[in-house]
Amino acid sequence: MSILIDKKTRLLVQGITGGEGSFHTQRCIEYGTRVVAGMTPGKGGSEILGVPVFNTVEAAVEKTRANASMIFVPAAFAADAILEAADAGIPLVVCITEGIPVSDMVVVHNYLKGKQTRLIGPNCPGLISPGKCKVGIMAGEIHLQGNIGVVSRSGTLTYETVAQLTSLGIGQSTCVGIGGDPMPGSTFVDILKLFQKDKDTRAVVLIGEIGGTTEQEAARFIKEKMTKPVVAFVAGATAPPGRRMGHAGAIISGSSGTAHDKMAALAAAGATIAPSPAEIGITMKKVLER
Amino acid sequence: MKIHEYQAKALLSEFGIPVPKGSVATTPAEAKRIAAELEGKVAIKAQVYAGGRGKAGGIKMANTPEEAEKLAGQMLGTKLVTHQTTPEGVPVNKVLVEKAVNVERELYLSIIVATANRMPVMMASEAGGMDIEEVARVSPEKILLEYIDQAAGFQAFQGRKLAYGMNLNSAQVRAATSLMTNLYKLFQAKDCSLAEINPLVVTADGELLALDAKLNFDDNALFRHSDIEQLHDIEQEDPLEAKANELGVKNYIKMDGNIGCLVNGAGLAMAVMDLITHAGGSPANFLDIGTVNDVSRVVSAFKIFTTDPSVKAILVNIFGGMARVDIIAQGIVEAHKHMDINLPLVVRLAGTNVDEGKSILAESGIDFIEATDFYDAARKAVAAAKGSNK
Repeated sequence: MSILIDKKTRLLVQGITGGEGSFHTQRCIEYGTRVVAGMTPGKGGSEILGVPVFNTVEAAVEKTRANASMIFVPAAFAADAILEAADAGIPLVVCITEGIPVSDMVVVHNYLKGKQTRLIGPNCPGLISPGKCKVGIMAGEIHLQGNIGVVSRSGTLTYETVAQLTSLGIGQSTCVGIGGDPMPGSTFVDILKLFQKDKDTRAVVLIGEIGGTTEQEAARFIKEKMTKPVVAFVAGATAPPGRRMGHAGAIISGSSGTAHDKMAALAAAGATIAPSPAEIGITMKKVLER
Repeated sequence: MKIHEYQAKALLSEFGIPVPKGSVATTPAEAKRIAAELEGKVAIKAQVYAGGRGKAGGIKMANTPEEAEKLAGQMLGTKLVTHQTTPEGVPVNKVLVEKAVNVERELYLSIIVATANRMPVMMASEAGGMDIEEVARVSPEKILLEYIDQAAGFQAFQGRKLAYGMNLNSAQVRAATSLMTNLYKLFQAKDCSLAEINPLVVTADGELLALDAKLNFDDNALFRHSDIEQLHDIEQEDPLEAKANELGVKNYIKMDGNIGCLVNGAGLAMAVMDLITHAGGSPANFLDIGTVNDVSRVVSAFKIFTTDPSVKAILVNIFGGMARVDIIAQGIVEAHKHMDINLPLVVRLAGTNVDEGKSILAESGIDFIEATDFYDAARKAVAAAKGSNK
């Protein structure tokens, strides 16, 4: 098994006709993802990459029974795109777009309350269940099918981690990039819950970064509910306080936001901390050999 | 994005929040004129993007217009060093001249988005005029919170809870509730990330007044607030960061080491900095080149490296996803065409379009040190930086 996406995923791409949208849609199709529909207002009735394009998500879902959406819409319109997908009842919405205003996300979170839609991102690379389905912008070929779950706030650092795992012959069940924004649709805890339940996930890699307290919340969950081993790393030990390190969520304000505090909380919860970002794969190898 | 106190107060005033009378001055003569118009005792306040001004000598009281002129003269054109600035300090190019206020009580009021709750929260405290993080640490019970429902907005009952909680009298509670409602309107209307009045004072006459004000804005929302964006004072920023911003390299932060870093992704950029430190070196900057596939942005990054005298080696670490390795490689080649780059260059490429990227670099004839993974890259960059120091 895997979590969230697999061979049964029927993907809709919102913003499919844009440069990045079409490039990555093609990569997903090449990987084996079933892309059943695209959506760009004003382009309905046309076709791109052999995929029918619709003017509204509602029409796309009605005609194609899409059950997941990937969003490439520009930041100014991305919140609207998320809401449209949720309104159409799509159970999984993956928002790649970065730079969405915080106030727009407050509206999104308020709207999603009580709805069945799970949001991944925004400002994330998406997710991949190696060998089955890719809904995101990661290079598919670095992955290897297997039984390690990966969850991360950082996109490219996830690629590094996956490359390390793959080179050691350690495959992945699903890799989820939850995104670098301060209010992600899904948190570490949300994804850890799914990995804990997933029969094919044997252990989990968690990649955090400075800012916020989601790693501490993850630590609490690991301590209380996780029976599977967790290897963790938190980026930004050298980051100065008060400065936003690229990601809107990556800013140290107060001591709980530092890499040191987060790694200490995760270690105290029983997670194994990788001594450096170059040693995440090897740390997992040692944990599996225990 | 930050703005100056005088600009923040103008916005508060626009939204119906009372502030002291005053005006901004760029010369001592102007300060004197404003002080004369205000009559009586005035405060001279250095306008800088940093807190801790009072202790650092950035706020002074003047009894006469002549004294105001003299004090403004002592501040203007200097650099103010506070506990929040670098040791070099920040330039004082403007002072706010404000009518002095007889303060009876100092309160605290602010709004931020509580990310864990995914909604804005208004914070109020009787312990005003102090560092609120210190108050939160030592006596968290002194901070009152009201979470604001996005659909309902800030309600009057919430204002009354906070105001009575701060032991205001009933007349003041009405004024405070209206002030809080207006502050939330401002917070919403301008996409603030922080709206803080510290202190919010009760004057000897029993009036409420925003004696100091700090407004920060969500960078992601600036595209719909050009009025706010133009308030940005570039001279308050680090000169290299200002240059980076001007060149379109938005995610650049100057650090104090000697290895210039060009990385895609914020998390990876931080991890590379961590690895450089791990390998015994020190990064000259944080730089997330981002996901826009634009050759000129890579060229701009190299322009910043060559401008920064502390850079002794350059480390490029790209793991392509959204960013395509071939475009980054083209950028490196372009940069070397247009600039005389005499710094050791360590390059590690992986991910989307890596083969195309590697062959572009190989065919260009540029002298560079190839690294196999990012730790290898960090070690080689540290060694190269040490070598070029000799």
